[in-house]
Amino acid sequence: MSSNPFAVPGLDLGLGTSTPVSEESTFLHTDDTIHEVIIVGSGPAGYTAAVYTARGGLAPLVFEGSIGAGGALMNTTDVENYPGFPEGVLGPDLMGKMRTQAERFGAQLVADDVTAMDLMGEMKTVTDSAGVMHRAKTVILAMGAAHRKLDIPAEEKYSGRGVSWCATCDGFFYRGKDIAVVGGGDSAAEEATFLTRFANSVTLIHRRNELRASKIMVSRVLEDPKITVAWNSRIVDMSGEPTLQSLTLEDTVTGQTREIEVAGLFEAIGLVPRSELVAGQVELSEGGYVKVDGSSTRTSLPGVFACGDLVDDVYQQAITAAGTGCRAALDAERHLANLTRDPS
Amino acid sequence: MAVIEITDQSFEEEVRKSTKPVLVDYWADWCSPCKQLSPIIDELAETYGDRMVFAKLDTNANPDIPMQQGVMALPTLQFYVNGEVVQQFQGGKTKAALIRAIESIID
Repeated sequence: MSSNPFAVPGLDLGLGTSTPVSEESTFLHTDDTIHEVIIVGSGPAGYTAAVYTARGGLAPLVFEGSIGAGGALMNTTDVENYPGFPEGVLGPDLMGKMRTQAERFGAQLVADDVTAMDLMGEMKTVTDSAGVMHRAKTVILAMGAAHRKLDIPAEEKYSGRGVSWCATCDGFFYRGKDIAVVGGGDSAAEEATFLTRFANSVTLIHRRNELRASKIMVSRVLEDPKITVAWNSRIVDMSGEPTLQSLTLEDTVTGQTREIEVAGLFEAIGLVPRSELVAGQVELSEGGYVKVDGSSTRTSLPGVFACGDLVDDVYQQAITAAGTGCRAALDAERHLANLTRDPS
Repeated sequence: MAVIEITDQSFEEEVRKSTKPVLVDYWADWCSPCKQLSPIIDELAETYGDRMVFAKLDTNANPDIPMQQGVMALPTLQFYVNGEVVQQFQGGKTKAALIRAIESIID
């Protein structure tokens, strides 16, 4: 694992850096407004929280991120399991619709990155990339999760030279080539299927003997003549000059190794929560996910709520993220109402 | 200064022979981080366009230069000084990270 979980290949969100940007931005100042709610993050969770709090008249300030705006779905193609879209919907289109919906009800959307948060006191502060501190009575955390890396030494060397985390961005460069996808969930299955439109062949590498992906995705993979599955296999090394040419796979049962010739490797092996900015403030689980109280979105700090992939190491779906985003909005509204009723 | 659109044909003239440093943004219309990066490049061109050339290359319409340059991931940003690559980024970068890179190059 990278020492900085925000150093996401292909998607550097700039979170976790507090280095001043330039001369003028070293001058820190505080915005005068005291917001009812600030939302940090802009996937299905962040935008849903924005829709609900905006409709609640709370005029949320939403930090969408400068490059990561829209979240993980921005790098997907067809989303076929989001209710209400019987023909499927493109990930970026779905996020565009959620964004428009939030904006329509008065959410203030800012395409900027948060560099620091102070959530401990009654007044919360959120600092943007220009060093401006924004204050709020409540904060909803929806930073999502970044791609997990294999964490083998060769991976860094071939990043952008054969190793990719974005099939929709980079699949084009592998037209007519033999490539591999590693992972066993829906994302891996979807990427493998998507990449067959460019690649000559796709090897899906999975460390177990069955895929975790949904049945419909699994049968698409197994029935695709271009896809072969390397079961019980893990990647132990990569080689090639100057770009990736082959992977060394180890059989997880027998321990035997073998080489496969591929020009590209797309990684879809799960997620790492982007909780670094709030570590040491809100309670985190061992895996770095933000802990919430029961089925609510309340974190260990009053007035701070968390939702989406940042809290969820189980479901990790667009619809479940949207669902918890809604809960976070309602929890924040209730908290604000109690503040007014009991100004202690 | 506005961002210029470059092609496989104009690359030599606009990038290799440029007397100013050049930032080349390799993009494609199917790449969503590229679309998010694009307005940031436009803003940077407003601020730094007098000291650096900002160029965008559509990798879909111009496959030769990306192949020569070993571009296999989008978005890719390359900084050229005197016709040579001095720095390269793959993947989306924040405006702050790009400002740091630009300032280190034009200094």
